[in-house]
Order: sequence, then structure tokens, then C-alpha cells
Amino acid sequence: MAGSKTLNQLPVGSAAVVRRVNAGGIMQRRLLDLGLVPGTRVEAVGRSPLGDPIAYNIRGAVIALRQEESSLVLVELES
Amino acid sequence: MGLTYQSVGIPATREMFNVKVTDNRSVIALAGNPNTGKSTLFNALTGLRQHTGNWPGKTVLQSKGSFIYKGREYTVVDLPGTYSLLANSVEEQVARDFICFAKPDTTVVVVDATCLERNLNLVLQVMEITEKVIVCVNLIDEARRKKLNVDIQKLSELLGIPAVATAACTGEGLPQLLDLISQVVCGDLKPKPKLVHYSSELENAISKLEPKIKEVLGAELNSRWVALRLLEGDKTLIESLEKFYSQEMIKATREVLA
Amino acid sequence: MSCRASLGVLMKEAREIIGICQDEVRHSIVNSIYQSAESIAAGTVSSKAGKNMDWDRRIDRVLTSPVWGFPIMFGMLTVILWMTITGANIPSAILAQGLFWIEERLTELFIAVGAPAWLHGFLVLGVYRGAAWVVSVMLPPMAIFFPLFTLLEDLGYLPRVAFNLDRFFKGAGAHGKQALTMSMGFGCNAAGVIACRIIDSPRERLIATLTNSFVPCNGRFPTLIALATVFVGSSAASMSSAAAALSVAGLVVFGIAITLLISWLLTKTLLKGIPSSFTLELPPYRKPQIVQVIVRSVLDRIIFVLTRAVIIAAPAGGIVWILANTMIGDTSILAALAGWLDPFARHLGLDGFILLAFILGLPANEIVFPILIMSYVSGGVMMELDSLEALRRLLVDQHGWTWLTALCTMLFVLCHWPCGTTLFTIQREQRSWYWMAVAAVIPTVVGIVVCITVNYLVRALGLI
Repeated sequence: MAGSKTLNQLPVGSAAVVRRVNAGGIMQRRLLDLGLVPGTRVEAVGRSPLGDPIAYNIRGAVIALRQEESSLVLVELES
Repeated sequence: MGLTYQSVGIPATREMFNVKVTDNRSVIALAGNPNTGKSTLFNALTGLRQHTGNWPGKTVLQSKGSFIYKGREYTVVDLPGTYSLLANSVEEQVARDFICFAKPDTTVVVVDATCLERNLNLVLQVMEITEKVIVCVNLIDEARRKKLNVDIQKLSELLGIPAVATAACTGEGLPQLLDLISQVVCGDLKPKPKLVHYSSELENAISKLEPKIKEVLGAELNSRWVALRLLEGDKTLIESLEKFYSQEMIKATREVLA
Repeated sequence: MSCRASLGVLMKEAREIIGICQDEVRHSIVNSIYQSAESIAAGTVSSKAGKNMDWDRRIDRVLTSPVWGFPIMFGMLTVILWMTITGANIPSAILAQGLFWIEERLTELFIAVGAPAWLHGFLVLGVYRGAAWVVSVMLPPMAIFFPLFTLLEDLGYLPRVAFNLDRFFKGAGAHGKQALTMSMGFGCNAAGVIACRIIDSPRERLIATLTNSFVPCNGRFPTLIALATVFVGSSAASMSSAAAALSVAGLVVFGIAITLLISWLLTKTLLKGIPSSFTLELPPYRKPQIVQVIVRSVLDRIIFVLTRAVIIAAPAGGIVWILANTMIGDTSILAALAGWLDPFARHLGLDGFILLAFILGLPANEIVFPILIMSYVSGGVMMELDSLEALRRLLVDQHGWTWLTALCTMLFVLCHWPCGTTLFTIQREQRSWYWMAVAAVIPTVVGIVVCITVNYLVRALGLI
């Protein structure tokens, strides 16, 4: 059974599917525009030397997000 | 309002974007995500005939250039690189306003062949505002190197608009792109964009709003697109409408008087 | 009814029709668009690549690794500086010899036509020499550093730098893209200030703008390089240029540390607030069009330096000559001004001439060092400055420079008011004279504090 987590808890190298974005207003718009809509498969591809931000492969582009943003995205781990 | 607007012929709003208005000159807008080689394409099209400045009233770089193809002069306006046109940032607002109000004779959306899915987001949004769209699948050489195959014919069919594959840095596909641009500008080729279908809830609301929007704006803007913006509560569009059309009317009136 | 009012009414109606909140509508719209994009892409793109083809990720794993990320960044900077230092020596010498040969011919010409000495002095020793020094000292390092840097940019390395450093910027309450605007600052601080547009939040954009001049620009690098070569390079013969490169790279790191510290202080005082959202794309690495980039940016630098030499350095050279040759009593205006500045400058580990050169160099940083040389030379023995050895003799033997003077000068090069062009750009971008003034005061105060501290610390410790 796949577990529910926030995106920042996703271990590097593993993938998950976006369930929802816990933000409103401009922040929600920004995250949506990056392609973080429910059902999107996201893979954590790399961590910066100091652990934050983390780079994610979102719909073919690699995007770095800080903890503050990635913790707003609820994901479900791929089994 | 619609009448006065059309009587001017070429949208006079173009001047509000620092784009010179003359009868025999067509305006091409280049839209696209960041990192799609849009600037390389802009350079390849315009060479040294370039001019950079700021978008009026904004601290956003505006690049314009020109080229001549088959005896016709084209002004190319390089829009800021954006992921969407939903006006989340100044850049997105600038790009949206130009397509909406300067009404380029063709908008070329440059997409990255190696990352098509993400880039189509912008193509679909541009198609909602204007029909005169060409999709230019750039970095096709990179895609080949990564062993990706993009079916351009199929893409054109699915989107309902002309599509061309290019590699701006080597010049591959540029002749075909120029040809498509001139055909769309002259009206020989009429793109028929296949628009995104929304949830039935939204589609119902759109069809209720559209007639009312047409009453206010006439045929100036795509009423379906305006309906969507009203539904999501986009106040920046109303501000822009006020800014561009009140000026527009003043200018039109002045021309009638003269 | 105005269009605004009627649309406002329509928007209210729209809200009633749809019944759900606007954020939900946006969600649903974006969702549908992405679904369409997904199905279209699925129908058109086919991949023949295996899983193990992803070179970008492999390269990233090294360039952003906890162990190698920072050493590689520092290493790249040092290598670029080393290539600049070793590469610039010979063309600098050739340019200097060529330009001084022309100066001699010009002098002969003036003598032949019997021109008055003041005219020869103003035009040849002032205007021409000012421009010639800027060209010979500044052009070769700029024409090497800049193309190398542009190559890194085209390769796609700079976003990785921002990725690596973001944690520091977050700690300082600043935006991660500030690392990118700082990178632009290496080329030119005015360009760096314009680049701050990529930062959406006004507060963080202002922080990036105010601290951009802590990155040494192309007009200051050659000065740092010349001083490092003379004072660090001459001590260890075989490793000289590497040592010089390391010391300049160290200075750049110091500048980054100052940037972070000042950014942090600004977020605690003048510009309170929480960091805004940060998203940064790490684009695929692309093979740069090497020849094209090099040709374009070398030409670009040549035009840049020559234009500045003509419109700024030449007039400045003329003015310095007049100041150096107009006597009040038995001293020149230049010497009098320098003498007046001297007591204060001594606290900073500098001398009056050095501080005066910085002040006269306000229009452009690349003329600071040429002005200094001119004011040193004009007072004393005429000499041909066509080699670094001659420069060393001028500074050390004739004007009593020590390594501490050089260090303090280099620190002051790094931390002082931005050049006129940059200040003008800040005023235009921020539309505020106040912030322009703040942008001038901050680095100046930092420079004074740092120089005084270093000067007194070194003396107190008896290191000199």
C-alpha cells in the first residue's frame, strides 16, 4: 500500500503522484503552472549540497523547490 | 466600441507596445517557455536588425527585430519567456497583453522538442486567445540526440494549427517556418485550433457568459477566453482592457474628427 | 457604462453562475489544459532511448554533490581566473608597447610642429595616455574572462550554481536567483542590476540590487589581477599565476560572504519580510557553440572597452593631467587633494592618491587604476609602464607600497560605491533616488570598515 506524504519527504530517486496542492492564491497558481496538478508523476532527482532545495522532474523539466514550497504538495508514493 | 476599433484597420494598440504601425508591415510575436532556444530563433530570423528596450511602463526587456521575406516586411517581437499566460507575473502579463491587444498577425509558439508535454501548456493557452498560431518545435536536433521522435504531422492535426520542426542554431527548418508564417499572415492558411474542453460545470458557465461578454466587447477578444478569465476572477485582465481600449477609443475618435 | 464597470458586473455574475471558489476554477482549468497536453504529447512523441541515457542527471550528481559541489565551483572560478591571468600577460605587454610606441611618435609630431608644451601634455600625456592605459591594462583580461564565463553560462552551469548556493541565500532571507544576478554582475554590475528583474518579489529584488556591487565586475577584475600578480605572483616564481588566481578567487568568495551578510542584515532591518517562493529550472546541459560564443563575446568586449576608453577614460585622463599640472603655490591640485585625503586614507591602509583615484574613478571602475598610475607618474619620473615589473617598481620602490597596501586596495576595489553607470541603472530600475543612495552608502561603509579592521589588525599583530 502506497503511503501519503508531502513532496519534500520524497526520497531522492523515488517517484510519487501528486494528490493535491495545499495552497491558495498566487502560491497555488505558481505551483500549478509548474505542472503540479493532481495525477502528475513527480520524481525527486537531486538534492543540493546542503540538502535544500531539492530538484524534481516535473513533466519533463527539472525544477528546484525549497522545503517551504514542496511541503505544500501532497503526494502518494508509487508502489 | 467594436466598430470604432475595426475602423482603424491595424490595431492602433500596437503603438502602445512601442511597435510601429504601417500598412505593409506584419507583426509576428514569438512566445515560448524559458530555455527553448527562443532567443536563438529570434536571432536567426532577424540577424542584426534588432532593437532592444523596455516594455512600456514595465521593467521587462523587450526585443524587436525585423526581416524581409518574399518582398514583405515583418516585425518580430520576442515576448518574455513564460510557462503560462495566466498573468501570475509581470512577464506573463506582458506576453498576454501583447497577444490580446496588439493582435500580432501571427504568433509563433516556440516549444522544446525534448520536453513537449510541458511546453504544450502554453501552446494551448495561446490558441484560446488567437487563431493565428504556429507551433515551432525547436531543438529538434537535441531530441534526435536523445532518441526522441516527434510526429510533427500528427501534432499539427491534434492541435489544429500548423507545426514545423526546427533547430534554430543550425538553421534547420527555418525556410519551412518562414513559409508557414507568410501563409498564415496572408490568410492562405487558416489555422483551426482545437481548443481544450473543460469540465461540464465550467463549459455550462462559459456558454452562459459568452453572449453577455460579446455585448460588452463585440468581437474584439475571444469571448470564450474572456469568460474563463472572469470565472477564475482574473482582475488583471479587466485592468488591461480598460488601459488599452479607453486609449484606443480616444485615438479612434481623434482620427474620425481629423 | 464603462467597460471596466460592465466587466466588473459580469465577473460578479460569473461567480454566481459557477458557485465554486475561484481557486477551484483555476485548479480545474489548469488541470484540463495539462490533461490535453498530456494526451497530445502521448500521441506524438515516441522514445527509443533506454533508461540509462540520462547524462544530465549524472553530470548533476557530480556538480551538485555534497562533496564535490562547492570545490568544483571554487575550482572553476580559479581555473578561469588563472587562464585570464596567464593569457592576458602577453597581449597586455604587446598592446602597451604598441600604444607607447604611438605615444612617442605623437610626441615627435607635436615637437615637429612646435606645439606648446601644455597642449602636448593635455592631449598626449593626459587624454591619449588615459585611453591607452585602459585599453592595455583592461582589454586583455576582459576579452579572456568574459568569453570563458559566457561559455559556462551557455553550457547551463549557472543555474546549478544558484541551486548549490540557495540554502545560504534562504538563510540570509534572500532569493536563490540572487546567485544568478551576482553571476551577471561578474560581467558588469549594471547588467547584474538589470538581471535582478528575474526576481519577482520586490523586497528580494531590492536586496539583490543593493548588494550586486560586492561582485567584482569586469572593470575591476583586471585591477585585482594586476595587483595579485605583482604582489602574490612575484613571490613564488613557478606557481606565480596559480597563486595569484587563488588569491583573487579567495577575494571573490569573501565578496560572496559579504553579500550574504549584508543581505541578512537588510532583511533584519530595512527590508524585513519572509522569503518568497522560489522555483528554479535546471535546464538540460547544452553544448555551447564555442567558436561563435568566443568570437561574439570577444568582439563585444573589444567594442565595450574601446567605447568606454574613448568616452570615459580619455576625458578622465585629460582632467587628471590638468589636476596634476595646475599648480597652487608649489603643489599641484592633484597632490593637494591627495594630501588632504591622505590622513583618512592612511587609516584604511591606503594613501591619498589611491583614495583620490577611486573618487575620480566614479564614472567607471576600469579607470581607477590607470588614474592612480597617472597621478603617481605625473608627479615624479617619467617612465614607460609596459611591464608588470615596471608597475612593481612604481608602486613599491617609488610610492612605498607594502603587501598590506595592496591587500587594502584590493579589498577597497571589492567594496566601494558602484560606478556611475550602475548607480544610474539602480535609480532607473527602482525609480528611487533613495535606494540609489543606499546602494552607494552600503558598500562604501563596508569597504571603510573592512579596510580599517584589516589595516589595524595586521599592524597590531605585527605582521608587517
